[in-house]
Amino acid sequence: MTSHSPAASGRRTTTEADPTTAPPVLRASGLVKHYGNTRALDGLNLVLRPGRVVALLGPNGAGKTTFVRAVATLLRPDAGALEVAGVDALRRPAQVRQIIGLAGQFAAVEPAMTGRENLVMVGRLFGLKGSRAKAAAASVLQRMGLTEDADRLVRGYSGGLRRRLDLGASLVGTPRLLLLDEPTTGLDPGSRIRLWDAIRQLVADGTDVLLTTQYLDEADQLAADIVIIDHGRVVAAGTPAELKALGGDDVIEVHVRDPLALGEVAAVLATVGGEPRTDPATRRAWTAVSDGTRRLMEAMRALDRTGVPIDDIALRHPTLDEVFLTLTGHRADDASVRKEQQS
Amino acid sequence: MTALTNSAAPAPTVDPPRVGARFWPSSAQVAQRTVRKFVRTPQLIVLATVQSAVFLVVFRYIFGGAINAGRGLGYVDFLVPGFVTTLILFNGMSAAAGVAEDVENGLFDRLRSLPIPRAAVLAGRGLADTALVVWGLFVGSALGFAVGFRMHASIGHGLAAFGLCVLYGFAFEWVFIAIGLLSGTAQAAQGMSVMMTLFVFVSSAYVPVASMPGWLRPVAEHQPVTPMVDAVRALAGGPRVQALLPHPTTYYVWVSLVWTAGIIAVFASLAAARFSRRR
Repeated sequence: MTSHSPAASGRRTTTEADPTTAPPVLRASGLVKHYGNTRALDGLNLVLRPGRVVALLGPNGAGKTTFVRAVATLLRPDAGALEVAGVDALRRPAQVRQIIGLAGQFAAVEPAMTGRENLVMVGRLFGLKGSRAKAAAASVLQRMGLTEDADRLVRGYSGGLRRRLDLGASLVGTPRLLLLDEPTTGLDPGSRIRLWDAIRQLVADGTDVLLTTQYLDEADQLAADIVIIDHGRVVAAGTPAELKALGGDDVIEVHVRDPLALGEVAAVLATVGGEPRTDPATRRAWTAVSDGTRRLMEAMRALDRTGVPIDDIALRHPTLDEVFLTLTGHRADDASVRKEQQS
Repeated sequence: MTALTNSAAPAPTVDPPRVGARFWPSSAQVAQRTVRKFVRTPQLIVLATVQSAVFLVVFRYIFGGAINAGRGLGYVDFLVPGFVTTLILFNGMSAAAGVAEDVENGLFDRLRSLPIPRAAVLAGRGLADTALVVWGLFVGSALGFAVGFRMHASIGHGLAAFGLCVLYGFAFEWVFIAIGLLSGTAQAAQGMSVMMTLFVFVSSAYVPVASMPGWLRPVAEHQPVTPMVDAVRALAGGPRVQALLPHPTTYYVWVSLVWTAGIIAVFASLAAARFSRRR
């Protein structure tokens, strides 16, 4: 409970005002999972309301996949409670499997079968009889834009097509909750955008989605709510806008001509805002400020006095990346930094 | 008014239950997938057949001349029953790598997340892999007749011998499935299953156990492949072969069946425990 940020509880209050009586799509409290000495989940608390796409955002090893596997009943937590649509996932895993769909980090489809055969197989496993399984497969193929490739062997599919088929396979059972574990990891940008479109379409059709990602832009693009997790705990939760607000109101960013001048610029920025950061590779220095416009004017006057040549100066909202850094002390996609900080 | 009442009615809190397929339909789907994969990978079929043929020819025509099968028994009549029986290991071991691949690429996770009995996934895999072994047994038997093997027993005995091979094959599939589940990677699975060929060579399959050094004989006599081979050899070879064996045919059949039951009990439970493990 302590791990929830004010933004998270703020949002929860607003959604609790929602008149719907449906139970949460997902409710996890105090989930713990050990692997040897590693605590993959360390008292994770999470409540997902229906009708919203939630992105679980965190670096490698944050516990995202472990959590998804727990929800998918593939692993049993050591402690805590877990409910999916009101069903106790620890006591009645078989019932949970009837209401979830899972697409993992790999395209879990059979390469020696056609796209259609793969989907019909999943349909049959959901207990659909021959013709109904075929109809379900055809409908999913159409929704995923795979009709043209339906009767080719998956062996000949591109990586992007395979992932879309895999996503389709998780839909054949018309799941109440769809679990997508890093759905676009390893895809080229074009395939990634097409998969995003497919996911958006699902959401528009009313499927609740929980997706994990280590890409901030993906969370920003797809999710109505973002839950940041690190070391198996929820660090913060809220809408992208709420989370961005956590990183400071605004950011002043200065683009210098000569990277050697970054130190001098940073010293100026320190007088108007918080601790400045610099990136010599992109010749940028920036800092979070409150009361942005006034601070920007001050910064400009101060910089003018120093005479440092400047290419650009701007006032902007913080990126999710910066929020992540503020909240966790490390970057979302930088596992090596994380390890150093742990040791 | 009607619309208003409808919208005010509480929404159903739980979706209508989707039952999911029952045990046998689920197994059938999983089995069908394994068989399709085999049938649609002709390279594998051709390779397995060529390998069997080369192996048989090498023993029949190259090593065979130096091996004394026993009083008056031609080596081909000694060799072929052993060769066919041990195909269950040579052809069956591909299941280990196949299962490990299914674990690695997430297919088993998908199947485990579906509302089907988890044991059905393994049952389907085991049945399909046994079917592939049966195909290998047909090919191997045909090759055996082609290099000069002749039955010296009734058709009934021949069929019984074949049936025993199928049963042994089913048992060993559980060993390979367990290896596949436990090994983690397809490469490790392949390495571990190749070790199983030791059971083939330290057995009565290709040479009489009596020709082995004294310290090795007890090992060869007290491992499952030897009684299996001897049972098949006695059934298919008729009185001439039976006269060379120290025990009656029924002895070998029973000993091999006890081994078969033991292997299935141990390795099927091992595989099931590993597969349904939730960690």
